[in-house]
Amino acid sequence: MSGIPHDHYEPKTNGEKWLHSRLPIVGLLYDTIMIPTPKNLNWMWIWGIVLTFCLALQIVTGIVLAMHYTPHVDQAFASIEHIMRNVNGGHFLRYLHMNGASLFFAAVYLHIFRGLYYGSYKAPREITWIIGMLIYLAMMGTAFMGYVLPWGQMSFWGATVITGLFGAIPFIGEPIQTWLLGGPAVGNPTLNRFFSLHYLLPFVIAALVALHIWAFHTTGNNNPTGVDVRRTSKAEVERDTVSFWPYFVIKDLFALAVILVVFFAIVGFMPNYLGHPDNYVEANPLATPVHIVPEWYFLPFYAILRAFTSDVWVVMAASWITGGIVDAKFFGVLAMFGSIAVMALAPWLDTSSVRSGRYRPMFKWWFWLLALDFMVLMWAGAMPAEPPYSTISLIGSAYWFAYFLVILPLLGVIEKPKAEPVTIEDDFDAHYGKAEMPAE
Amino acid sequence: MFRKTGIAAFVALSLSAGGAWAAGAEGHITDVAFSFEGPFGKFDQNQLQRGLKIYTQVCSACHGMQYVPIRTLGDEGGPRLPEDQVRAYAAQLEIYDPEIEDFRPGIPTDRFPKVTSAGAPDLSLMAKKRAGFHGPVGTGLNQLFRGMGGPEYIYSLMTGYHEVPECAPEDFVGNYNAAFTAGGFPDACKDENGHHTVPGSWIAMGQPLWGDDVEFDDGTTATLEQEAEDVAAFLMWAAEPKMMARKHAGLTGVIFLTALSVLLYLTNKRIWAPIKHRKD
Repeated sequence: MSGIPHDHYEPKTNGEKWLHSRLPIVGLLYDTIMIPTPKNLNWMWIWGIVLTFCLALQIVTGIVLAMHYTPHVDQAFASIEHIMRNVNGGHFLRYLHMNGASLFFAAVYLHIFRGLYYGSYKAPREITWIIGMLIYLAMMGTAFMGYVLPWGQMSFWGATVITGLFGAIPFIGEPIQTWLLGGPAVGNPTLNRFFSLHYLLPFVIAALVALHIWAFHTTGNNNPTGVDVRRTSKAEVERDTVSFWPYFVIKDLFALAVILVVFFAIVGFMPNYLGHPDNYVEANPLATPVHIVPEWYFLPFYAILRAFTSDVWVVMAASWITGGIVDAKFFGVLAMFGSIAVMALAPWLDTSSVRSGRYRPMFKWWFWLLALDFMVLMWAGAMPAEPPYSTISLIGSAYWFAYFLVILPLLGVIEKPKAEPVTIEDDFDAHYGKAEMPAE
Repeated sequence: MFRKTGIAAFVALSLSAGGAWAAGAEGHITDVAFSFEGPFGKFDQNQLQRGLKIYTQVCSACHGMQYVPIRTLGDEGGPRLPEDQVRAYAAQLEIYDPEIEDFRPGIPTDRFPKVTSAGAPDLSLMAKKRAGFHGPVGTGLNQLFRGMGGPEYIYSLMTGYHEVPECAPEDFVGNYNAAFTAGGFPDACKDENGHHTVPGSWIAMGQPLWGDDVEFDDGTTATLEQEAEDVAAFLMWAAEPKMMARKHAGLTGVIFLTALSVLLYLTNKRIWAPIKHRKD
C-alpha cells in the first residue's frame, strides 16, 4: 500500500499461501511493519508509538474501570470510591487511566508541534494532517466526557460551562444545548450519554488512527530535512531508509520505556498532582466552585475562549456588524474552535516551498514564539479571568491566529530559505559520517 | 431541628465562599514533615491508631466518613487493628440499615456512618479535596515539591484557631481561623484596596482540639500539635487507604521500566551500529 518501492510479503508454506489468497492480512501487517522509513528521523518522531500505547492503555484500563463504575448521579461518585477502596488494584487502574489522559495529551501536543516545525502537514500529507486534527478533536471530546464521569464538583461544573458554550450559538444554541444535555441542565441523562460516548469515541479514534497511519504510509514519513525519499528504484530507497522493524520499533520502544519511567513515578508517587482537589467533592448543583478550571491540557484553548471579552475592539466590531448577534460569549466560542480550525488549515496557509523549519531562518523564530505562546496561554488559562491575565490571554490568542493567518502565508513569500540537503542519505551521513570502520 | 441548623450552616458557608476568593484570602499553612511523604514514605501505624482515637472521640460527634469501610481499619498499610478490635469498633457504631428501616450495631463490612446533622462535611476524602499548597503564580511548583498539602491543611486548620484579630467586630459570626480561607471575613479587617490584613477567615466549626482531648494508648503526650498531626495523618489514610500499595507498585514500575530502558538502549545501539557506520 506504500508508494515507496520495497520488498513485499511472499507466502512460503502452503498454509500461508492458502490464507494469503483468501485474506492477505499477514501481507498487510508485513507491509505496515516493514515500511521503509527515513533513517534520519530524530527523537521527535517517537510520539506516534507513545500515542498508540496511550490509546491502548486508556482502552484497556477504561474497559476494566467500566466494569465497576455506575453511571448514575446518585452512585457515580460512590462507585469511584468503591473502585479506589474495594476493587483489587482498582486504585492503581484508575490513577493509570487518569494520568494516562495527561500522558496522551502531552504526547499529542509534542506530536503536533513536531509536525508544525518540520512541515509534516505540507503536501502531500494534508490528509494525514486533517485526520490527525480529527483525532485530536475526538480526544478532546473523550477526555472532557471522561472527566465528567467521577461526578465531582469540577466534573459537574466543567460540563455545565462547556455545554453552555453551545448555548451561546445565536437562535439555535439553547435547543442544541438542551438536546446535548438530555434536559434543561446537567443531570442523569447527561451523565448516561457521556458515559456511553466516552466508551464509544476511543474506538472511533482507533479507526481514525488506522486511517492516519494508512495515509502517511502512502505518502511515506516526513523527516527532519523535509526532503523526499528517492523512490525510483529499490536500491535508491535503501540508501535513504531503513525498515520500520526493527530499527524504529526498537528506538521508539526505548523512548517509550523512558517516558513510562516518568509516568509510573507520577502515578505511583503523585497521582493527583495534575488533577484538581475539588473533584474529590461530590457534584453539587447548588454550590458553584469559586474557581472553575479545566484540566491542564485544555487550558490554552480555555484561555482563548475567555480572552475575547466585550471590551475588546474586534468583539465590539463583530457585535456591531452583526447587529448584536455575535456577542462576546459567542465570539469566544468561535475563537476557541477557530484556533483549532486555523491549525487544521496550515497545509494551505503555509506558502513556503520548503518543508522543514530547519532550513527556514525566519520561520524558526516565529515557530518557537508559537510554542512559547502555547505555554503562556496554558498558564493564563489557569489564572482568574481578570487583569493582567485577561490581557495576556488576549495577546496570546492574537498571536496564535496571527501565526497561522498572517505569518505562515507571508513567510513563504518574504523568507529566503537555506539550502536543503539533496538527499536524506546526505543528511544522515553529515551526522554520522561515511564511516570507514566496518560494522561491529 | 438539627436539620434546620445544618442547612443554615451550609448556606452560610457556601454564600461566604465566593467573597473570600475574590478578595484573595490567604491561609496560613504549616508544612509538616509527615512520615508518609515522598516515594518511600509510609503511614505510621501508631499514628493512624492515635488519629482514629481522635476521630472517634472528637470528630465523629459531627462528621461522618461515609466512603470508608470499617473493615479497612484492619488492612495492611492502615491502622491495622486486630480483627477482634475491628469487630468491637464496628459494634459500638450505630448504623442505619435500610432493610430493617432502623439502626443496628455495625459490623466490619459496614461503612462508617454518614453524619449530616450538623452540616459538617464528610471526612472520607477531606485530605484529598483540600490543597494546602498553591502556586506560585499558577505554576504548581509548590505542589510539585511539597505535595498537594491536604494533610498540612488539616493540621493547620486544627492549630489555626487564634485570638480574634483586633480589627474584627466583636459580634462577627463564626470562629477566627488562620488557615481557613472559605469563610466570612469582616470588612474592618481589609485595607483600602480590599486586601486582607490578617490571614484566614471565620469558620462555623468551633475549635475542636485543644490538647489533652484524648488519652493515647501508646503513651504519647496529647498536645494540640500532636493531636492535629495524628488526625491529619489518619484522614490522609482515610482518603487514600491504598497509598502504600500504590507507591510500592509505582516503584516496582519505575525499577522494571528503568531496567527495560537500559536493555532497549543497548539493543537500539547495537542494531543501529551497522547503519550509522556502514561501509559504502
